[in-house]
Amino acid sequence: MTKMLQHSGYEEERLQRVAELLPCREVQAGMLLSLMGQPQQCSYPSIFIYGHRASGKSHVMQVLLKELELPHATVSCVECVSVALLFEQVLLSFFGCDAASLLPRSPSLSDFVRIYRQHCSQTPAKQTRYIVMEKAELLRDTDANLLPALLRLQELVDDNVTIILLSEIVWDKFRPNTGCFEPLLLHFPDYSKGELQQILSQDKHPSYSAEFYSSYINILLGVFYSVCRDLRELRHLAALNFSKFCEPLAEGKVKETDTHKLWRNIEPHLKKAMQTVYLREVSSLQWEQLQQMEERECGALRGLSAHTHVELPYYSKFLLIAAYLASYNPARTDKRFFLKHHGKIRKTNFLKKNEKTSNHLLGPKPFPLDRLLAIFYSVVDSRVAPTASIFSQISSLVTLQLLTKVSHDDQLDAPKYKCAVSMDFICAISRTVNFEIIKYLYDFL
Amino acid sequence: MNTTTSVNGCFVFKPSAKKKKTLSLEDHFSHGCESAESSEKRFKLCQDLWDKIKSDTEVLQDDLNRKILDSLLDFTRKCSSTRQLSDWASQMRASEIPTAALVLGVNVPDHDMTFQSLSELLQQSVTPHVASVQAKECGALKHLMKRVLERLMGTDVTVDDEEEEEAEQTSTPLHKSVHCSLSTLCDWYKTKTKKSNTPGKKRSSPSRDDPQQPPVVIIFKDLEAFNPKVLQDFILICSRYIERLPLMFIFGIATSPSTIQHMLPHSVSSLLCIELFQSLSCTQHLATVIDQLILTHHFPFKLNAKVLQVLMSIFLYHDFSVRNFIKGLQLALLEHFHSQPLSVLCCKKKDALLNVMQLSHSDLERIRNLPSFKRYVEKQEPQEQVNLSKDDTHLKEVCQKLIKGLHKYHKNYYPVLRCLHTLTSSLPRYPLGKQVRELHLICLEKNVWENEDYQTAMKLLRMLAKDELVALLQRCVEILQPVKSKKMKNAFLQLTDLLTKFKQLDIAAEPPPCVEEPIISPVRNLQKKTDLFQLQKTLLEMNESRRAKKLSPFEVLRNEALEFLDNLVKSHLSPPESHTLNEVCYYTSSATVRRHLNATPRTSIQAALNSPYYYLQNDRLKTVDGSVSNSAPDICIAYKLHLECGRLINLYDWLEAYATVVSAAEGNNPDSDNYGKVEEVKHARFIRAVSELEFLGFIKSTKQKTDHVARLTWGGC
Repeated sequence: MTKMLQHSGYEEERLQRVAELLPCREVQAGMLLSLMGQPQQCSYPSIFIYGHRASGKSHVMQVLLKELELPHATVSCVECVSVALLFEQVLLSFFGCDAASLLPRSPSLSDFVRIYRQHCSQTPAKQTRYIVMEKAELLRDTDANLLPALLRLQELVDDNVTIILLSEIVWDKFRPNTGCFEPLLLHFPDYSKGELQQILSQDKHPSYSAEFYSSYINILLGVFYSVCRDLRELRHLAALNFSKFCEPLAEGKVKETDTHKLWRNIEPHLKKAMQTVYLREVSSLQWEQLQQMEERECGALRGLSAHTHVELPYYSKFLLIAAYLASYNPARTDKRFFLKHHGKIRKTNFLKKNEKTSNHLLGPKPFPLDRLLAIFYSVVDSRVAPTASIFSQISSLVTLQLLTKVSHDDQLDAPKYKCAVSMDFICAISRTVNFEIIKYLYDFL
Repeated sequence: MNTTTSVNGCFVFKPSAKKKKTLSLEDHFSHGCESAESSEKRFKLCQDLWDKIKSDTEVLQDDLNRKILDSLLDFTRKCSSTRQLSDWASQMRASEIPTAALVLGVNVPDHDMTFQSLSELLQQSVTPHVASVQAKECGALKHLMKRVLERLMGTDVTVDDEEEEEAEQTSTPLHKSVHCSLSTLCDWYKTKTKKSNTPGKKRSSPSRDDPQQPPVVIIFKDLEAFNPKVLQDFILICSRYIERLPLMFIFGIATSPSTIQHMLPHSVSSLLCIELFQSLSCTQHLATVIDQLILTHHFPFKLNAKVLQVLMSIFLYHDFSVRNFIKGLQLALLEHFHSQPLSVLCCKKKDALLNVMQLSHSDLERIRNLPSFKRYVEKQEPQEQVNLSKDDTHLKEVCQKLIKGLHKYHKNYYPVLRCLHTLTSSLPRYPLGKQVRELHLICLEKNVWENEDYQTAMKLLRMLAKDELVALLQRCVEILQPVKSKKMKNAFLQLTDLLTKFKQLDIAAEPPPCVEEPIISPVRNLQKKTDLFQLQKTLLEMNESRRAKKLSPFEVLRNEALEFLDNLVKSHLSPPESHTLNEVCYYTSSATVRRHLNATPRTSIQAALNSPYYYLQNDRLKTVDGSVSNSAPDICIAYKLHLECGRLINLYDWLEAYATVVSAAEGNNPDSDNYGKVEEVKHARFIRAVSELEFLGFIKSTKQKTDHVARLTWGGC
């Protein structure tokens, strides 16, 4: 059973409840508790917790802080589009909205520290205050001084406060090059298969026995564990497919204990789920509808990535083809492809040292507008006037993200573009206009 | 006024004329208009017609969108109802944000109307909380958040980006507390739903839970243009609040649904529950529009083949925009009524007949000068010819007759066109085009029955099997049935007769007894002989005999039917040019339409530089052979000189050449010392001309050689 958490600062009962809420994370929780010490004791200024997605970082922190009734502020860095929001949320949860409203417009760090100290002196901390920052990796993109300051906030505000940073990446990627206070590092390892089984089995269906649900989870993990260890996803998948698992039971064909038959029934279904609903090719709603439908109709639903066909105006297609050619052919070879009397030039004559690798492996290269239009006018079969709509088609291809503009937006003169479509896509496009693009690609000469 | 904006596009407006907009519109219309006296009438006709076209297209568009909008509405309703379920499965499921991916086709500006009606419908029937955002106003997450909050909560925070700084300073305390986070939205939503809850509680009906938790719908109009990072962050934030806030997204997608996967990583797309909605493709959309607006006799205004071709090619080659197509139609309409004085007759038959009687003498002269009318006159008796050219009242009577004829022609033309299309559109390789519009174009150009493709189509039709042919004829009958004209009724009766005969064949299906013998005998001969020559001969004989052989009753009937249809085509599908007074209804100036809709800025700049007389209208600039006169503006001379250079132009040589030309213009003596010499003024003028050319994108500075500039072929834009 669950290991006991032991700490002198808290009541046994509460620790017991915490331990029940945190299956398979007792070690980390105990570690955290001992780091935090007793509520009134001064704590370490900053703790950095890292581990993969859905490894229980936020959950452990939430449970600990809530159950032990410690003063805390939880902030998700994703939400803080400006530092003002971050400061406001911290002040709001520690000192109420009076403090938060004192913040000036676009506050600086020193504003925050000033207001914090001001209120802190009025209501000094009896217990350690905790600031939990989720998705802390985003702090790296903010002002350079924010992260180092937060790490030693305890000194700055002269208060018993601890910053807890939660992140999916390791501390080494955070360390600013000017150096900073080193937080305590704590790693949350991934759940093992057994642990996943234990956790998932806890949310059993009310109308079925725990053993039955546990055997279902066992089968589910057998299929999905190799591709997905995300607890959240697994729980989602378990919920989606459970009704199918119970189907033979409801029809009375199988008993609850007949695991093998149940496995035979569910396994192909789960395999299919892995290719569709897990990849979000098919939405969960559609998946549920699919389950209700009979087997025969299942083929009708196509995944998202099956729809790749794009209808384009005729000249847009040629512009895109020209862009593709310009992106993947070296500019030197344009003469060879687009002049009528280019003579016989072998590929070897063209070959430069660094071009032995395929251009398709290197990815698209930028090209100027001039070259795009020159190629366009030589590949398009009819005479086309250089009208305004030809140019506007180029910019609409950019907004459709089929081309990308490489040069800066402000540069009006000779802009540069890259072609952003795949080989398959351009082949499909050129087939619709009867253009053999392979013949014009240097790589396939 | 509905028409104001559209007319804006064609005529220059002074902004001060706002008060008397309609009046100035009409003034603009009659200004520079041929035959001013009837301009008022024409203006009114034009406006009426356009209003009708506009309302018709709107109805049409609504109809087309109805299906997809309905399914979207169902989706939102379903989502908002399922999220309130509290069974085990939905509790365990990760709560995803319901998302509708709406694929709309590549022309993004056309989507505005769809989104407009979508958000209106949503607001009417599902939820009051709808916000739609565009990529260009949401460069950063902050802005996106701000837009969403503003539009949902309806706060008066100014929208403009430039004013943002001041706006935040001067804004109400409300905005101070808003602080652009979703938690404020949550609080707002809670108070909103509570407010609507309290009156609901009086009725105390728990079953009415549904409308009290209306979803919050956010529409992303152009998903592709959004910054992926912004979108990802926004979705991440939203998913944190999904428990408290019933959010829902609608993605407007221009290309293909797989863009979602390109833009969002799995960690983000796993937060969404995406359902796909595919709208009608724009080509189908256009086909319906053409069907309703062009292939009908309800609108007296017609386009000739070339104009239609221009509009079609703009659509198919350039923009895929139905809206632009209709705009083009409007332009043609306006131009027609503006430039053709006889367009007073381009209206309903009754009005047209009345208008004929009110034609002035000068208008009648115009009629006499119409090419189609001249041709008509030539065919008449000499006495009649004199009458027509002298007697105005007689001419009016004849005109009435001709107008009636024209209307009759239109009434019969379209049903027959559709019949021919149903017959030929299923033939292999589509000799007369897949779409009815292609066939229409062929028919407009010249006599369709002289077309080679028509012959092949007829040949193919003669080979059709019975059931196919009967099905096609049945569809033709259905097309002809509702038509009210006399001739079409006749045709309908004859066709039904033929059909019944086909059916009787079925009943009287007797095996043809004598047919088999002549075939069998040469085959028997064949088996005896092995000589190659003989073989060929017998085969030829067999062929001959088969051809000469008596036709089966079905074949006779088939030929009869096709003969009948051929006659129908010949009598009704003649091109409009062959009809007298067609100029009244048909707009022919394709060049004007092309110039207005498919502008060629670079070509016109080149034209201006090549022949400045065209724009400046100065007699001194007139030249004979297209060469530039010496006295042309500096930039023209510089341009002309630069055309003679290669890709790289030596600036000094260019300057020398320029100085020589300009000296000649000043009339200096070629023998004098300073002839062609570069003095300061000339130098300055030259530099200015060169920088102007650079500005226009004809040359650019280059680093390849010092003192050189590079020529540009396509311009720098």
